[in-house]
Amino acid sequence: MIRLSPFNVVSLTLGFAFLYIPMVILVIYSFNASKLVTVWAGFSTQWYGELLRNEAFLDAAWVTLRVAIVSSTIATVLGTMAAYTLVRGGKFFGRTLFSGMVYAPLVMPEVITGLSLLLLFIGIGLDRGILTIVLAHTTFSMCFVSVVVSSRLVTFDRSLEEAALDLGASPFEAFRFVTLPIIAPAVISGWLLAFTLSLDDLVIASFTSGPSATTLPMKIWSSVRLGVSPEINALSTILIGLVTIGVISASLATKRATLRQKLDAQVAARPT
Amino acid sequence: MVNDTSFAPWDDPQERPLIRFQNVTKRFGDFVAIDDLTLDIYQREFFALLGPSGCGKTTMMRMLAGFEEPTDGMIELAGEDIAHVPPNKRAVNMMFQSYALFPHLSVWDNVAFGLRRESRDKDAIAERVEQMLKLTRLEKFAGRKPHQISGGQRQRVALARSLAKAPKLLLLDEPLGALDAKLRQATQFELMDIQEKTGTTFVIVTHDQEEAMTVASRVAVMDEGRVMQVATPEQIYEAPNSTYVADFIGDVNLIEGRAKPNGGGAYHINWAEGQAPFEAKSDMVLSEGQRCHLALRPEKVGIQPNKPEEVNAVQGKVLDIAYLGNLSTYHVELSTGQVIKAQTANTNRLSRRDFMWDDPVWVSWSASAGVLLSQ
Ligand SMILES: Nc1ncnc2c1ncn2[C@@H]1O[C@H](COP(=O)(O)OP(=O)(O)O)[C@@H](O)[C@H]1O
Ligand SMILES: [Mg+2]
Repeated sequence: MIRLSPFNVVSLTLGFAFLYIPMVILVIYSFNASKLVTVWAGFSTQWYGELLRNEAFLDAAWVTLRVAIVSSTIATVLGTMAAYTLVRGGKFFGRTLFSGMVYAPLVMPEVITGLSLLLLFIGIGLDRGILTIVLAHTTFSMCFVSVVVSSRLVTFDRSLEEAALDLGASPFEAFRFVTLPIIAPAVISGWLLAFTLSLDDLVIASFTSGPSATTLPMKIWSSVRLGVSPEINALSTILIGLVTIGVISASLATKRATLRQKLDAQVAARPT
Repeated sequence: MVNDTSFAPWDDPQERPLIRFQNVTKRFGDFVAIDDLTLDIYQREFFALLGPSGCGKTTMMRMLAGFEEPTDGMIELAGEDIAHVPPNKRAVNMMFQSYALFPHLSVWDNVAFGLRRESRDKDAIAERVEQMLKLTRLEKFAGRKPHQISGGQRQRVALARSLAKAPKLLLLDEPLGALDAKLRQATQFELMDIQEKTGTTFVIVTHDQEEAMTVASRVAVMDEGRVMQVATPEQIYEAPNSTYVADFIGDVNLIEGRAKPNGGGAYHINWAEGQAPFEAKSDMVLSEGQRCHLALRPEKVGIQPNKPEEVNAVQGKVLDIAYLGNLSTYHVELSTGQVIKAQTANTNRLSRRDFMWDDPVWVSWSASAGVLLSQ
């Protein structure tokens, strides 16, 4: 073990304090028995119980989950297709323009994306609700998927696809049985990214949702404007917990995959 | 065929070639990778494309497999123009230079991949895969992934996979590049054996002339997108048609001179001022004073201490001796400054070697030992 110098200890402490003190406070106060957020009145889990009985929050959570799953799935399909075409399509006319355009939403201010989508939905007379949020989220998360997948595709050995074609696979079969299984980790992380983005989006959802559909971030935002309640703290703690579990299991999965590859390589090196 | 033992469909005007390149040109932008190439390859041939790196060998293979389209000209496979047939619809399989094994599939599934694309009959597929694994002696590794086996085994998986569909034509792009000399030689014989057993037409790309000579029924020597000569290995070696081919295949002495016809296909070659001309025979017609090269293989040049009774004999001194184990090559410097290589078999032990450095010697050869080349 390397001993850390006092300077390193201090910077580490400060950095982590900056990052985590707000969250720690939030988690602690979610177990506060008092209704007043700033006054500690002993440990209690009552707000978690309240939360489960709060129809409005549960509805919002359900909306958010559906939107996130559907939009990230569509975004993954479209984003992967776009990445594949842009990386593999050769030098077709307007390719540079298209790749630029796919990535534009990455740097576009959310307010502008939200506003333009709103105008579009009004223009074509689409009633705002879950559908419009799904469409909006698909639009902006698709380019993230496309970035993740195309960065994997550029390092993908083209001759594997050619070998598949050579063995009689149609271009679709070559993609389905060779390319997709190999780039699957990138596609999955693209999906996870899109899912998270959709889960915590506030701005675009506010622009494109209607009275019938409120997402969780919108719900939290609107209730906080009436004052922070312990219920919100409880809800946020649950979200933090979920994200933590997600991150840990994802990193564990990666670690296990690397470990397995190492073992495989050892088997390979063994004399036969 | 002339008789049962010789396989020479290219000499038979009745025979229809399996592959026909007709005036094929391939350009990448301004760069000409294949330059007006015309070539026939016959059924059951083991055809080798030989040439330096970058001469267009892989490009030719890729046009046969369907990954590149010729810019000009026509390629026929079994009498059919294949210009617009996509790779997955061709009865051609290719073994890639990099093997291109599917990393996520086991050896078994790699071999089965092509079969599954055309058939749903599980038992038939299993039977064929087992057969291929047995042929390439990979039964023990069926369950392993490509990264769990050695380079030589990977190469055999690639071969098994490309043979599994029993293609009319198998393309092998530098298949043995990654192997060491010994394994390489063993695999060459294995390939010939498999080719004989399966009756598939093989086109092999290589930049190793020895490999081409070992395995091939015919060899095409290429240079910068053009085929310089197509012939059997013996013909390429004994009767090259240009100094490029003579120099590319094996070791050769090239002596430049001017021809003087002497009647009946005999020529005198004036090769140096004040020296007696060499005598040579050629089927080619050379005019008086035409510039030409005499190509002489070192093993056809004799080396003696005294002036021999041969028609061509010149004196010189030993400049260098290359000891190759079974053979020794003597570099003999003539009084004109030219160096002629002569090769002898080492039947004696080293201690009783006939010549040493700076020994005066005579090199000699017969009138029919060399080949006259006008280009
Ligand atoms: N897709 C391509 N685009 C441009 N140039 C190419 C392409 N493929 C091959 N070439 C060029 O064509 C020439 C022949 O290449 P290749 O057929 O691969 O040679 P080799 O005989 O070594 O297999 C090389 O100079 C190479 O740079
Ligand atoms: Mg090559």
